[in-house]
Formats: sequence, C-alpha cells, structure tokens
Amino acid sequence: MAVKLRTPLTEREVLKLKAGDLVYLSGVIYTARDLAHRKLLEKAPFDLRGAVIYHCGPIVQKESGRYRIVSAGPTTSARMNRHLEKILSMGIKGIIGKGGMNPEPFKEHRAVYFAFTGGAGSLAAKSVKRVLDVYWLEELGIPEAVWVLEVEDFPLIVGIDAFGNSLYSNPR
Amino acid sequence: MERAIFEAIKLAVTKIPDDVVKSLREAYEKEDNPVAKFNLENILKAVEIGKRERIPVCQDTGTVTFFVEAGIKSPYLREIEEVITSALEKATKEIPLRPNTLDVLTNKNVGNLPIIHWELAKGDKIRIAILPKGGGSENCSALAMLTPAESFEGVKRAVVDRVKECGGKPCPPVIIGIGIGGSADFALKLAKKALLRPVGERHKDKRIAKFEGELLEEINSIGIGPMGMGGKTTALDVKVEITYRHPASFPVGIVFQCWAHRKAFLEISANGEVRVWQ
Repeated sequence: MAVKLRTPLTEREVLKLKAGDLVYLSGVIYTARDLAHRKLLEKAPFDLRGAVIYHCGPIVQKESGRYRIVSAGPTTSARMNRHLEKILSMGIKGIIGKGGMNPEPFKEHRAVYFAFTGGAGSLAAKSVKRVLDVYWLEELGIPEAVWVLEVEDFPLIVGIDAFGNSLYSNPR
Repeated sequence: MERAIFEAIKLAVTKIPDDVVKSLREAYEKEDNPVAKFNLENILKAVEIGKRERIPVCQDTGTVTFFVEAGIKSPYLREIEEVITSALEKATKEIPLRPNTLDVLTNKNVGNLPIIHWELAKGDKIRIAILPKGGGSENCSALAMLTPAESFEGVKRAVVDRVKECGGKPCPPVIIGIGIGGSADFALKLAKKALLRPVGERHKDKRIAKFEGELLEEINSIGIGPMGMGGKTTALDVKVEITYRHPASFPVGIVFQCWAHRKAFLEISANGEVRVWQ
C-alpha cells in the first residue's frame, strides 16, 4: 500500500500503517542523532506531539545567508535505542532512520519507524524543500545539530509499525 | 598537487566506481522482494544524482583514509602529508564534505582530518589510495583472535556471526574485507586494504579465491538483504588477504564497507605529473 501523509502525525493515521507499506511524507521533520537526543530530552525547544524525528546528520551549505541541504541520508538508528522509550513518551509519532530499532516501544507508544535507504543521501536531499530553522548549530556542529526541514513526498517504507511488526530480522 | 588530491577526493565522494555500480545493478536485476527492490532502486537513483550533480552520494563522507605508498626517491616526501591535509580541508569547504572529526574529550567538531597509512616503496613515485569510509559500516569492524586449530572454518564462522549481528547497520549490500595473519593491528589494516581491490575480482591464489566465493555465497544465503530488510543480496563481495602468522596466533581482521564504496587512486610522478583514476 502507498499512502500520502503530512506532519504532525495523528494516532489514527499511524494505526492504519502496516510494516512494508510505502509512505510519501510531507511537512516538517527534525533531524536528531546521538548528542541532539540528549539535548531534546533535557528541554525540547519545539512541540514534539505528533512530530517526526529524522536520524540524520546532513551535509549543509550556506549560500547567500541561507542554508541548503546538499546530501541527507539516514544514520544508523540502533545507536539511539537507549533514548527510544523516553523520546516516544514525549509524543513523537514517527522516527525515520536506517537499520531498524527495538520494536516494543513503538507498540507501547503507538508510533511508527520509517526506513529510508542508507547511503542514498543525494536522493533524500531531493525531498527537502527548504531549511526552516536550526538548533544548537554552534554547540553541536553541522552533523549533530537539529535541522528543521520541510520535506515533500519523502518516499519511506514502514519498517516497524505501531503493532510492533518489524521488517528487520535483527534490529539490535 | 593539492588540486589533484582535491579532485580525487571529489571523484571518490560523488561518483561510485563502475565495478561497484555494476554489482549493484546485478543485485537489482535478480531481486524479487519489493522492499529490497525499493532500496536498490533508491541506491541506483542516488548514484545517478551524485554523478550528474557532482554532490556527495552519501551525506556521511566518512573519515577520509589515505593509503600512501611513498617512493623513497620522490622529491615530494617532505610535503605530501601537509598537502593531503590542506586538500582535505579545501574539499570539506568546497565540495562540501561533512565535517566528521571530533575531539574525543570535548566532542568539539574540528572539521576533517585525514587518517594516513604510510608504506615505503622503491622508486620515485608516490601512490595514494583514498577511501572515504562512513561510520555506520566502520562500527561493525571486528577483530577475531582465533586459535590456529580453528583455521579457515573459524574465519567463516566469525565473519558470518558478525554479519548476522550487524544486520542493517552497515548499510548492506556490503563489501567485506578480511585480513588473516600478522598481529591484531596488522590483520585489521590488511582487511581495510583488501577493500581497495575491484569488486567482482577474485584473489589470484586459487585457494583464497575459492574461500572468498564460499563466504560470499554463505553470507548471501542468510537473507539480511539491502538495509537489513530482507532480500537476496547482503554482500556484493568479500575480499580476503593473508600474511604470515605466529605459530600460536590466528588473528582475523573483519572490516565492513557500505554499498557506497567510495574510492579513488592517484600517482604522483617525480616531475610532478599526477594521474587520477578510480
């Protein structure tokens, strides 16, 4: 099944998705990886309810005062497993990454894990329409900062659904 | 010379080499799992975009590793390390690359610093192999200190176990480099160097060639597939290199490389002429 979705995601929309479905996602997503997760858990500077987090450390170029995403594929999500429970309990409904995660918290918090192809950063960047904002750039550097991105029809596969079904045989 | 090294880095990160692309196309052709097809199709699209627009295919332009074979009569020996470092700095700004070098104590991002492996050689040429290698695949590297009795069967078990353990993390389909013998440190270096051999090419020693083929077949029978989501191709190739070992030791270095197997080579002649290839 192929579905078009827009952020923020509702629980109703999330519960309709099944592992293996193709989703075209539009709206706002937030990049976050290792260090950014710690910062978000301390104090999130934006509303996390229904939000989608993207495990991604992009290449960003500044051109005439504006940021442009050059390449932006997913990073290995398993590194963020330790934060998963807490991050989903803050109301996040979707996580985009690669390689899979622990499926149980997705079931418990009715959230979904979207997979994009690792390494395909040049293709992922085509779905990013613009950079809306950035948090902690100075402190964390380009790859670790939280980039607020507007995406259009980002093609994703449901890797883990809200019932805990997973396409990954080994999501450690 | 700095310009040539810059261009070689740019070639490596924006254009996936032909040998790798050929094996990715073959994997796409023989795949019938729809999710695996989705991933392989995205991979081939990303490869095309990188080449056409000359932008990094993967955002993780990695730790840029240089294998330098330095001819002892080359007039450029004194400057080459400095030139590599400044070319990488320029590449980071202009291509651009992702700044990927952090201070371990402060976590501060300091840009990109190279890892350079030196080897002395006869003659007056400097040969450099460039391997920008991402963190996802590098995190799956492993060292197995086997007992000599375990021998090649033990190698097979160690590699297959590691592939299963890593699943989708190293961005399969992967290329796996294996170094057998030497010491712990040397086995890992040999494994990484093995990745520089062309994908699809077997080792010139028939016994090792046979072992490479068997390992590849066994890895692809597990079904991890592209991105760990199931499918026929988990590895595009396996490369094995050997060296002598201590009677008590059987070290095995295992190094994973993602499908975005970026590499470039250059040769600097004594008269300053530079040749770059992939």
